[in-house]
Amino acid sequence: MLSGLTNTGVLDPQGPIAHAERLILLDSTAIMLAVVVPVIVATLVFAWWFRASNLKATYRPNWAYSGRLEFIVWSIPALVVLFLGGIGWVSSHDLDPGKPLESEVAPLEVQVVSLDWKWLFIYPAQGIASVNRLVVPAGTPIHFRLTSATVMNSFFVPQLGSQIYTMAGMATQLNLQADRPGTYPGLSAQFSGDGFADMYFDVQAMPQAAFGDWVATARGAGPALDAAGYAALAQESSKVAPQTYRGVDPGIFDKIVGMQMPQPEGQQNAPNATVSPRGSN
Amino acid sequence: MTIAIVDQGEAADPHARPVDRPFPGPASKRIVVGFGFWIFLLSDFIMFSAFFAAYAVLSGETAGGPSGKELFDLKTVAAETAALLASSFTCGMSALAVQTRQFGKVYAASFFTFLFGAVFLGLEINEFARMVAEGAGPQRSAFLSSFFSLVGLHGLHVTAGLVWLSVMMGQIATRGFIRTTMRRFLCFALFWHALDIIWVALFTVVYLMGAAK
Amino acid sequence: MLGKLDWSAIPFDEPIPLVTAVILAVVIAGVLGWVTVKGYWPYLWRDWITSVDHKRIGVMYMALSLVMLIRGFSDAIMMRSQQALAVGGAQGYLPPSHYDQIFSAHGTIMIFFVAMTFMVGLMNFVVPLQLGIRDVAFPTLNSVSLWLTASGVLLTNMSLVIGEFARTGWLVYPPLSELKFSPGVGVDYYLWSIQISGVGTLLAGVNLVTTILKMRAPGMDLMRMPVFCWTALAANLLIVAAFPILTASLAMLLLDRYLGFHFFTNELGGNPMMFVNLIWAWGHPEVYILVLPAFGVFSEVTATFSGKPLFGYRSMVMATMAICVLSFMVWLHHFFTMGAGADVNAVFGVMSMIIAVPTGVKIFNWLFTLYGGRVRFHVPVLWAIGFMITFVIGGMTGVLLAVPPADFVLHNSLFLVAHFHNVVIGGVLFGAFAGYSYWFPKAFGFPLDERLGKAAFWCWFIGFYVTFLPLYAVGLMGMTRRMQHTDNPLWTPWLLVSGVGAVIIMAGIGFQIAQLVVSIRNRHRTRDTTGDPWNGRTLEWSTASPPPFYNFASMPVVEGIDAYWTMKARGVERVEHEYEAIELPRNSPTGFVTAFFAVVMGFALIWHIWWMVILGLLGAFVTFMVFAWRKQDEYEVSPDELAQLEREHAEGLA
Repeated sequence: MLSGLTNTGVLDPQGPIAHAERLILLDSTAIMLAVVVPVIVATLVFAWWFRASNLKATYRPNWAYSGRLEFIVWSIPALVVLFLGGIGWVSSHDLDPGKPLESEVAPLEVQVVSLDWKWLFIYPAQGIASVNRLVVPAGTPIHFRLTSATVMNSFFVPQLGSQIYTMAGMATQLNLQADRPGTYPGLSAQFSGDGFADMYFDVQAMPQAAFGDWVATARGAGPALDAAGYAALAQESSKVAPQTYRGVDPGIFDKIVGMQMPQPEGQQNAPNATVSPRGSN
Repeated sequence: MTIAIVDQGEAADPHARPVDRPFPGPASKRIVVGFGFWIFLLSDFIMFSAFFAAYAVLSGETAGGPSGKELFDLKTVAAETAALLASSFTCGMSALAVQTRQFGKVYAASFFTFLFGAVFLGLEINEFARMVAEGAGPQRSAFLSSFFSLVGLHGLHVTAGLVWLSVMMGQIATRGFIRTTMRRFLCFALFWHALDIIWVALFTVVYLMGAAK
Repeated sequence: MLGKLDWSAIPFDEPIPLVTAVILAVVIAGVLGWVTVKGYWPYLWRDWITSVDHKRIGVMYMALSLVMLIRGFSDAIMMRSQQALAVGGAQGYLPPSHYDQIFSAHGTIMIFFVAMTFMVGLMNFVVPLQLGIRDVAFPTLNSVSLWLTASGVLLTNMSLVIGEFARTGWLVYPPLSELKFSPGVGVDYYLWSIQISGVGTLLAGVNLVTTILKMRAPGMDLMRMPVFCWTALAANLLIVAAFPILTASLAMLLLDRYLGFHFFTNELGGNPMMFVNLIWAWGHPEVYILVLPAFGVFSEVTATFSGKPLFGYRSMVMATMAICVLSFMVWLHHFFTMGAGADVNAVFGVMSMIIAVPTGVKIFNWLFTLYGGRVRFHVPVLWAIGFMITFVIGGMTGVLLAVPPADFVLHNSLFLVAHFHNVVIGGVLFGAFAGYSYWFPKAFGFPLDERLGKAAFWCWFIGFYVTFLPLYAVGLMGMTRRMQHTDNPLWTPWLLVSGVGAVIIMAGIGFQIAQLVVSIRNRHRTRDTTGDPWNGRTLEWSTASPPPFYNFASMPVVEGIDAYWTMKARGVERVEHEYEAIELPRNSPTGFVTAFFAVVMGFALIWHIWWMVILGLLGAFVTFMVFAWRKQDEYEVSPDELAQLEREHAEGLA
């Protein structure tokens, strides 16, 4: 049971961002435990030692102020906060989602669209797209631009690091990298409706050559992500099996951001609906 | 709230106080009611602030539709401002008359307060109707939604104020200048002046700045 | 004729709400029937429903809260069991549409109708007694606040049986909560419930701020006020400042849904991010509204049961007011992952950590209150110690989440869920239970059974850790919140353990119910005749248990902090005073009747029954007019009556 804790998720980083974030988590926890543990111990010790039945304890019925103690009592939290605040400030800038990763390898551009209830990944340079499976070359920084076709979602691959919201009408940005080949689970971290629990996807990191092969294969089969293809995809569905598109309308992502693509129906019913439809598939 | 500086070293007592000014006990009803109503007004200001904030965020979101510069008629706004300020003035007159318990003056000043307030409302409703007829209703864009809500919220408060004023006249007519009635009129006057303050902020932020863009 | 309402609104095809509805109907009918048969209606109407006495109103608030705790906890048990069962392809017993309503209702009820309601009730009961006065500034308004809160409760619970509740989470984020994605009545039930009860809460805030600042016993400067009153002041200032933002935000969403406005829609320029900002500008102060009174309870409890004054009074006051101000400067930490940029995230991260400083100061001061004391381990003290241990852990995870990059991997995960339950249960709920045990004898004249109270505490304390420590783990393992089912077998063992924890907590609640029943049964034997069962330090303990309706026959003159302790030290004698006549507010049905029309209006607005809305509005207006024209708003208690009542009480004590 405990092995699951350390070899999946946030405590099992598989990329530089996740590594840095785990370090912050562990360091901050250690710093705070240095205060929290003594406080908990002191609480138990004081409560027990000064229990009414313990006549050995000195009763100080009028002791309610000590300037020196006050000074310490304000200083300890202040110092800890100063320290952690510094970590917070620096790391917010270092790990800002929009900040490009330092790498000698050129970044791969991926555009992400959250739909009800699946993920669409567009590779503008390769001219292909993929649903519910994000294939990337290992060791290559990925630069994401993200949007939503409908409601707020949050793109999150715990082992690779930071999540970011996806919102309609605008594009957010994220930079991540998978260091090694492997399969890493991804999900949506912002509740988006009945099909939300099935909004998971795989990140498959593979060597550069294998990635090239995958792109070539994708180009050879599957439907095209044109207006009609997108409209079909945008219909409500969940538990969508991974599939690829052999071609992508140029600029389709910007059109989605600009809300110029056919809007999905939404969880709509007749205007006088009392009860929304019960889930989907 | 003074803290006596009694030099007792580490055991300085923050609770000691100079003997000559003990806390007198609960304030009179008039003060309590006035203070409470002030606190309520402050909370109302905060509610308006939220709508102001929304307006600030959405003022540029015209979605291809008309902007404030195209829609606002500053002459109407000036007339509305004059009407509201005038009604605030007559409200002040009425409040003074209430203090001196003069029925005639109270009714007269309140009548004009009501009249000017109604003129304000009439002009505003007219303005709204014109905009809606031109296709610039609140459903047209986020900017218009925030405009109609902010200005409309103020208008709703003015309407409530007019109802309140009528009720106050009823109270004075049937009960006379008893303390309860006078406390309530004080609250009404505070309310009415507060609406004026909001209007000043409103026409500055919405109309003047909107027209200047 | 009836708007959107028709027979399809009743969930005939959903067994769980249907059975619940039937059971509730039977229970309610049973209770109402019993009251009728026993002839209690005149008493209930006269002494409770139309009461404007802060003590009665406080008790009713708290009773409402405890009943809603059972409803909110039922939701919790359902959520935990669903997540324990619905693993790897299994769908559990709650389809998504149902599960989504349950977690939305759970959060809404727990925050608005359990935590807020309990704290407002506690402050209502205690503050005037601690200030040495007879009632709050606006007693009839107080009744209105209570009944409007009850209206919100009623509307939310009605959604179980007629229609549905919101399926968006307890903060109804757009665009999901907009008409396009939530066309049903669920979000409308939420919006009108909260708007109506929100008005009640705001008015209560105005009431208590005015009371604390303008009405205290002679000699009670602000720096001689009990710390509970300081925390109550801070909490109510926050209510006055923050609730208007909630009202405005929900009003904007209502305008979007009802009149087609575009505040938060995806199209025509709407901005859902603005909703997130506005709602959390209210939402963060809200959690401090909840926890500050709890801090106040712990200050009172640690001091009383250590037999020492609270350590560092001035520091505590400063820390309280610092928290009050700072709570308005941290709201963005609820959405670091919305992409505001490094500078903005960093600033709010630092501000969020800064607020941990005054909170830490308070913990230390409670520690030093225990130090050098003679600690008597009654039930309130157990809750206090349990709080000190649990809350610092929750605070730690909070400061952790305040580091933006840490939040980037933990936002919306079960780690977050564990964190906020850690501070809300460990802080607010433990504080509520401490206050409940501490002041119960004052309110009712007999104490709560200690043994059952301790059993309840241990179940809650152990149950809390068994429920939520696994959730920290599973959040670190990548599980996000609000999942109707899961597919990762590694998470399942943790979720099962968490489910067990929920059952332990349920046992705790069972003990609390048993405690109430047993205590009531034993009340004649355990009656408190002294008015001061705990050797208290503040003025409420100088009155009888329960206090007479006028609280103090003659207002005490306060000469320092811990006014009653000083009085006892000097030797209090119940001397026959020269009494003056006192005036007390008359009871009034205004609150109850207004709330009735509020329910009518709310229901009508939800179901688009426009003529009923107008009727409700008219009814409320007429009620208000009747109140405005009432001739007698006070009655007098003569000096002789007072002397008689005081004499009777003194004889009872002898």
